[in-house]
Amino acid sequence: MIELAPASPCGDLLPLQVGDMILAELDLGSLTLVAPFAGQVEATSDALHDAHGVGFPDPGVAIRVWDTLCLWSGRAQALLAGPEPDAALASLAALTDQSDGWAVVRLSGAGATDALARLVPIDLRPGAFPPGSAARTLLGHMTVTILRDPADVAETAFTILAFRSMATTLVHELETAMRRVAARAEAG
Amino acid sequence: MRITCPICGTRDRREFYYQGAAEALHRPDPEAGEDAWDAYLHLRDNPAGRTQDLWYHEAGCGCWLVVDRDTVTHEIYGATLVEARHAD
Repeated sequence: MIELAPASPCGDLLPLQVGDMILAELDLGSLTLVAPFAGQVEATSDALHDAHGVGFPDPGVAIRVWDTLCLWSGRAQALLAGPEPDAALASLAALTDQSDGWAVVRLSGAGATDALARLVPIDLRPGAFPPGSAARTLLGHMTVTILRDPADVAETAFTILAFRSMATTLVHELETAMRRVAARAEAG
Repeated sequence: MRITCPICGTRDRREFYYQGAAEALHRPDPEAGEDAWDAYLHLRDNPAGRTQDLWYHEAGCGCWLVVDRDTVTHEIYGATLVEARHAD
């Protein structure tokens, strides 16, 4: 039996530091798309709560309980990150393993909000997008899911999920924006 | 131009994909006759003023919306979910 070594989506592109901003790859664990069957949102939420401690998130919300993150990721769907989904969920919602489908990065440090403001058409400032927020939107021309992890309260940091095949583009877009924000800060 | 998605809130126009007149939602009965089907498939108004059309929140929640807007002033009066109209 051949043992294959897992390769991370961003490989040796990350981590990256520009000025005070740090861009690093994240491993959120197992990623499962949870799409409740018709009329089963509440039952799915109860089952998620019983098994993983998190409910089914309302639109625009990310919930974290210890190592389990559950974030809203579109109409009637959520992404469960961390554990393998409990078997009880299978009869209530369509479950799709997407663990290898996403490139996940974390952008933190002073200037992170400014860097994203160059790429993302929604307001990501703390007042409008506090910890526990999640959004599906654009980063440049690419669709992404962006969240403020509820655990990230000490500093302003964003978790960004993009399709794995777009990992190089994601890093390139972010690095370019980070360098420009840093250059602007340096110029005074 | 911004559209208020009932799920995501107010979002930039670039997140949305334009599909055409909301007339597409008013599908005639299969036995309605050639005139009704001809009108449904091919005839569109081209109003200077208030109109309703279909938009897809492509880079957001993935919902289909009926957007009520004005073609002259570009004012957006509101947007509703297509699924709310067609529960079947």
